Order: sequence, then C-alpha cells, then structure tokens
Amino acid sequence: MSFDPVSDDNERRRAIPLFDGGLATRGFALNAMCFSFNEKANREAFLADEEAYCAKFDLTAEQRDAVARRDVLAMLDAGGNVYYLAKLAGIFGLGVQDLGALQTGMSVDEFKAMLVRWADEIPAGARVKEAV
Amino acid sequence: MAKIIGGYFTSHVPGIGGAIMRGDQETPYWKPFFEGYPPIQQWLAEAKPDVAVVFSNDHGLNFFLDKMPTFAVGAAPQYDNADEGWGLPVYKSFEGHPALSWHVIDALVRDEFDITTCQKMLVDHAVSIPFELVYPGVESWPIKLVPISINTVQYPLPSPKRCLALGRAVHRALMSWGGDERVLICGTGGLSHQLDGPRAGFMNPDYDMFCLDNLAANPDALTGHSAEQVAELAGTQGVEILNWIAARGAMGDVAMTEVSRNYHIPISNTAAASVLLEPA
Repeated sequence: MSFDPVSDDNERRRAIPLFDGGLATRGFALNAMCFSFNEKANREAFLADEEAYCAKFDLTAEQRDAVARRDVLAMLDAGGNVYYLAKLAGIFGLGVQDLGALQTGMSVDEFKAMLVRWADEIPAGARVKEAV
Repeated sequence: MAKIIGGYFTSHVPGIGGAIMRGDQETPYWKPFFEGYPPIQQWLAEAKPDVAVVFSNDHGLNFFLDKMPTFAVGAAPQYDNADEGWGLPVYKSFEGHPALSWHVIDALVRDEFDITTCQKMLVDHAVSIPFELVYPGVESWPIKLVPISINTVQYPLPSPKRCLALGRAVHRALMSWGGDERVLICGTGGLSHQLDGPRAGFMNPDYDMFCLDNLAANPDALTGHSAEQVAELAGTQGVEILNWIAARGAMGDVAMTEVSRNYHIPISNTAAASVLLEPA
C-alpha cells in the first residue's frame, strides 16, 4: 500500500477537514453553543426559542444561517467541529448516518449501504478474527 | 513495581452504547462485533486487574476549546460520566487511584512530558463503553481508573511518534511504582472512520490491517506518519489510533501474544476492532 502525503489542494482539504487553529477560532461561538447542549435544560431552551438561544452565544451570521438551514457542510465551513455539532444534531434526532447522508448528498439508506460495502475492501487473507 | 498484565484495545463508537441499551448484541448487524468480547471477558475474569490505565480522547464532555490540553492525566478520587447530549445512558462512575496518578504525573514531568493534570475530570463514552463491553452488567467497576486523555480534536495533534513515546514514559512510571497492582493498559477509539465533510463514511481496511498487524510486534511502524497523514489514511476521526499507539507504548517493549482480535465493518460509520495483547 502507498502512503501519499496530504495534498495542498483545496478540494482535498475540504475532504479531509483538519480542525486547526484557524477553524477553532472561526468556529468558537458555534462550538460553544453546541458544547452547552451537554445539558438537557440548554437543549430544551434551544428548542423553545432557537433564535434567542443562538443570539445568546453570539453566533456569526454565517453560523446562524448554517444552523437555520441545518446545513452541516456550511457549519463545518463556519468552523464547526463534528464532535460538537453531533450534540446539535442529536437535538434534531439525527445520528451520524443522517449527518453522513446530509454531507454526501446520499439518502440515509444509500449512505448505510455504502458503509456496508467497505467490508468488501478488507484484503483477502487478512486476519480479522482470532481467539486463542 | 506494578505488574502489567495485558493490553485491551477497542473501538468506542457511541452506537455500541445504544446497542447494549436495546439488547441488540445477538442481532445480525451487531453479533459479528460483539463476538470479539467474550474471549476478553473470560481473560479478564481470570487475570483480575486492579487498575486500568486508559488512553482515550474526550469528545466535548470534559474539555472544550477554551482549554485543550494535548495530554492530560487524571488525578481524581472518582471519575463520573455525564450526559453527552445525544441520548446515551449516563454510565457508572469509576473509582480513581490518585496516588498512582500522581506518581505517573511526577514521573512523566521528570521525563520531560509536560502534561496537564486534572483533579476533576469527566470521562465520556470513550472510557465507559470499553468497560461496558468487557464487564457487562456489573454493579460497580472491578477496576480503578487512571485516565490519560490525548487531544484528537484540535490540530496540531501530537504525532504518532510522540504518542508512542508518551506511552513508553508511562510504562517507565509504572515500573518505578512502589505498589504491586495488576495493571491493564487500554487504548480506545478507531479504527478508520470519518464523520465530517464530503468524504464522510470513509474507511480504510488496508491501513487498519497495517495497524493491527504491527501493533504487537512492531508499534514503531505506526509512527512513520504525521497525524495529518493518519487523518488522510484512517479518516479524520480515525486519528483515534493515537490512543492505541500510546497504550501499546505503555505495555513496554517486550514480546506480546495476541490473545484475541476481532475486526468488523461497519459499526455505525466505523471499522470496529478489538484486540487483547498479553506480555509473552
């Protein structure tokens, strides 16, 4: 197998998002709001008045718009980190397959089928199960 | 001197917690994954470790971006789990081992690893689920916990090489400890998976096999890549392999027997695995 170095090209950077200082800075308000969703009372406050809750965390216009549109890729572009965004997704009852479908443009069933197909890539002869 | 009795490596996908909650272990989707754990459960029942030194990454329960330590060692008398916001049950608390934690902290800093210390630390699914898998249904955990958290969230991440070196320093610390505890080393997370961006759903069985096949005998082989290269190879959340690399280092540079291995695709969005190593 070959190990290609990470390319500098923009498309590749979007495909392999590295949550660095720039994104962490840009996304701070959005991620702070998502971090607050560890508490049930805060999840309920968001659901009761989304606009007011977002305002409380000083979301940027870009972040507020991405949240309003439930646009995960736009949230990532606005500095959202997936570990925190997952807590927002949970409020809407969305799991990681739903997030995957939203980001890839597949249906949830297509996305799940794609996950299953990765098993076909397990190399022939690989030791996948062993118990002494 | 502590006795290192083995190393337990496992995925910690939150969905596993949901499957346990629903009792889905025998369903066609989950069975091939859960089949990896009875050999580890049996081994633990006989080996009876006293303490688990666990390398894992926090997912936004204990640490936020206001303070993000690269390496953090818990020194608490107790570690609680808490609501992570997406519907998992709140798991049992762990009893800590503050004296051993402080010894590890002291030894690491003298060894020039400038770690963060935490007298209060919540542990998330990355610590709880691995033990739910191997001690199912117990009233309280039969082991004490020394948690070591590695940043896999915010770049720059520590390199695989640095994580292996951290693990080896933890090994030296355990070897200079005055007690005779039986220690289980744990590394949690992975294997390949990516949750974010247009490549969401990516896995890499080739890279996973490379890691699994080198973990026991040649962990240095896993240090040839930068953290960024691992993100490309293993997926952006597949960088959790850093926890496995550090844990392998903490087992020491002695020959290992692979007691069990299980690799299954997919569990949620993840290529899931469990491995148990025992010093030969």
